[in-house]
Amino acid sequence: MKNAAKKFYVFLIFVFLYAPIVTLMVLSFNASKTRSKWGGFTLKWYQALFGNRDILQALFNTLMIALMASLVATVVGTMTCIAIENMKKRTRTLIMGITNIPMLNADIVTGISLMLLFISLGLKFGLGTILLSHITFSIPYVVLSVMPRMKQLNPSTYEAALDLGAGPVYGFFKVVFPELLPGILSGFLMAFTMSLDDFIITHFTKGAGVDTLSTKIYTEVRKGIKPEMYALSTLIFITVLILLLLVNRAPSGQKEMKGVKL
Amino acid sequence: MNKTKYKLLGTPYFIWSAIFIVVPLGMVFYYGLTDRSGTFTLENLISVTTPEHSKALGLALLLSFAATLICLLLAYPLSMILNGMKVNQHSFIVLIFILPMWMNFLLRTMAWQTLLEKTGVINSILSFLGLPPLAIINTPYAIILGMVYNFLPFMVLPIYNSLSKIDPNVIHAARDLGAGGLQVFFKITLPLTVPGIISGITMVFIPALTTFVISNLLGGSKVLLIGNVVEQEFTQASNWHLGSGLSIVLMLFILVNMVITAVFDREGEGSVL
Amino acid sequence: MNRILIDLQHITKSFDGQMVLDDLNLYIRENEFLTLLGPSGCGKTTTLRILGGFETPDQGKVIFDDRDITNLPPNKRQLNTVFQKYALFTHMTIAENIAFGLKIRNKSKAYIEDKIKYALKLVNLEGFEKRSPDSLSGGQQQRIAIARAIVNEPKVLLLDEPLGALDLKLRQDMQYELIRLKNELGITFIYVTHDQEEALTMSDTIVVMNQGYIQQIGSPEKIYNEPENAFVADFIGDSNIIGATMIQDKLVEILGIRFPCVDTGFGTDRPVDAVIRPEDVILSSPDKGRMEGVVTHLIFKGVHYEMEVTANGYEWLVHSTGMFPVGTRVGLDVDPFNIQIMNKPASEDEEAVKTDE
Repeated sequence: MKNAAKKFYVFLIFVFLYAPIVTLMVLSFNASKTRSKWGGFTLKWYQALFGNRDILQALFNTLMIALMASLVATVVGTMTCIAIENMKKRTRTLIMGITNIPMLNADIVTGISLMLLFISLGLKFGLGTILLSHITFSIPYVVLSVMPRMKQLNPSTYEAALDLGAGPVYGFFKVVFPELLPGILSGFLMAFTMSLDDFIITHFTKGAGVDTLSTKIYTEVRKGIKPEMYALSTLIFITVLILLLLVNRAPSGQKEMKGVKL
Repeated sequence: MNKTKYKLLGTPYFIWSAIFIVVPLGMVFYYGLTDRSGTFTLENLISVTTPEHSKALGLALLLSFAATLICLLLAYPLSMILNGMKVNQHSFIVLIFILPMWMNFLLRTMAWQTLLEKTGVINSILSFLGLPPLAIINTPYAIILGMVYNFLPFMVLPIYNSLSKIDPNVIHAARDLGAGGLQVFFKITLPLTVPGIISGITMVFIPALTTFVISNLLGGSKVLLIGNVVEQEFTQASNWHLGSGLSIVLMLFILVNMVITAVFDREGEGSVL
Repeated sequence: MNRILIDLQHITKSFDGQMVLDDLNLYIRENEFLTLLGPSGCGKTTTLRILGGFETPDQGKVIFDDRDITNLPPNKRQLNTVFQKYALFTHMTIAENIAFGLKIRNKSKAYIEDKIKYALKLVNLEGFEKRSPDSLSGGQQQRIAIARAIVNEPKVLLLDEPLGALDLKLRQDMQYELIRLKNELGITFIYVTHDQEEALTMSDTIVVMNQGYIQQIGSPEKIYNEPENAFVADFIGDSNIIGATMIQDKLVEILGIRFPCVDTGFGTDRPVDAVIRPEDVILSSPDKGRMEGVVTHLIFKGVHYEMEVTANGYEWLVHSTGMFPVGTRVGLDVDPFNIQIMNKPASEDEEAVKTDE
């Protein structure tokens, strides 16, 4: 009984979280152009999607920015973690404090502050300014997910590698990096997801005529969102879902293999 | 040893954070504390007391407070259940809450319009059950719902994290010493998860307080929050000084929140990741 | 005597303004089993880390094989370390762990495989090549850590409290194993521990350290029987350290009673410390001893009884195979050669006496 109640509660929350997603998926197959009416099943929006240059361009922009921002953030963030680990406590606290600013500050303030910076630097608003902004708010995600791994690291393992004749670079990539890898990967994934999902900061740092999916959707809100957009989000969501299921299976499969060998 | 060499690896980020985090914040303060001619003024800060602005701020505070409270009340039992389910894959739980972010947040929020409409899915179900229809679309209630929907994961993850870090033997010890279920909860579990709760509150309250998107999408154009005012100053009215001034006021709330977080969560225990 | 392999000259090191080593001088001979012994924070681990190249001394030189290696990075040194918590690479198999150093040195595949076999045999873990470090017990992990170090044929093996994480029985077994290994390999072992029993069992030479200073260097027998100061006496085994007066050569007054002893050269009527090991206190019937006392505590320890005897206002710790129940009046005596006389430290600070040798 009690267990059933717990499961029902989790189920309700799950419905709450995923109801809008299911709604969007259903809408992507809706023949009627208005959201409020079901006009029968159709695949025409999926067809139309591949002919919609604007949406595809926005998708390309979104993916490129997310990929580049999260890659740069991952490299820079990981380097920073190594540096922080070797610092005195006071500098460490200062750096971590600054790193926490974009995490804790409101996106709207981060957005306008970057907008003011780019204006005063005389930068042309466009993909470049969006990328700079996304790198800025992505690095903290990497730092915060690599740092705990860094702390768990037994410092002796790196010293053991040096002791056995490894140079600092070889020792890092052979011994430290594999230990940090889960943290680095989850940092990368977090950064990528946040960049992909960001609207507010992009809203303030994009130029006219340049759009990511978020900003494109926002401008369409008043005119009515094109159903192709639902089709696209459905495709993205399903792709990610499948990818994540595969990834989530792979490591556990490997573990079993390892266990068999022992 | 050669610690200095490793410290050098931090240089790119130190320069980066100076240019893209510290300087921009400085600029917000500069604009917020000057007028168009560049002379120092507190006018922009004080303008928050005008009826229009204070109403927007008050409403934002009220709605975000309600949303945070609801998130906490929903998330805590949920986290406890998830923690008790012994799903051995911690990442799986994180995944369930992160996954929705892969569908654009604006679209997800928009979808609530469809669900909440007079003839929408929810009202159809309600009328099928013989219940009165829900007419909350374009009201502050819809905004609260949007806030809860969008920010609930940020409350669940830190609380779940701090719950999963409690050594089961601590609970056993409390039981062993004679504590009942409720006593264990109030004397052991709850105090041990305070860092997670505080971190969750911060993660929900700040974006809720400052949002302009959710109010725009679900509140119709009738409801104006402080976030909407700031956004309009920058994108439509082009009064950066006023917008910055109001941002500084917003940051005061954030600062208070940061201080509270720092006090309760020194070890970073309640982090989301 | 073998030739000197390592010479530490005037090593000084401080961390954040806190002096950890102060003008430390020490040489280590080829093929020696040398133990750095002391309480935590005494500077023993720092000394080892300076030898391994993980710390650079603020001042002073490390001479290895007549070469100055003070600033040589660890990967260029002919020393290998066995770390405190093993520091095995958990993402690699046992074989990959052992092969790590050899691969860096570009050894041939056949050579590496031979070496892995040889090393695993040496540490009694044959057939463990494919296993993961996580699947091994603490003792086994420790053996792998040793195997990983010795395949590189270092001239010196540095061991940083390697047995600290093991349970008592295993620790004793590993002590014999380490002695056997050292003899088979014929290389120098430098061993860091805070466990005096480990030090006494295994070492050729023990270096007792405290607060960054060397307190005494000597063979285990010498350190145990002739501690040079109260710190060493107190740290190595249990001792009765009693304030006394040296009446003249070979005669000392302890707690008002005169005892003949064998020490000379302390002058006359000088305050000194007398060290008497608990097993050297002879208990007899009250009328026979030099001093009379009452047994206040009694514990059975297996090999012997441990007793506390109050006599002339001092609580003597006594180990004896004979049993005297609590409350028994006993006589106490000590043979002259079992009384060790030490100079009293002039002040508290000087308890950490500087010694050059």
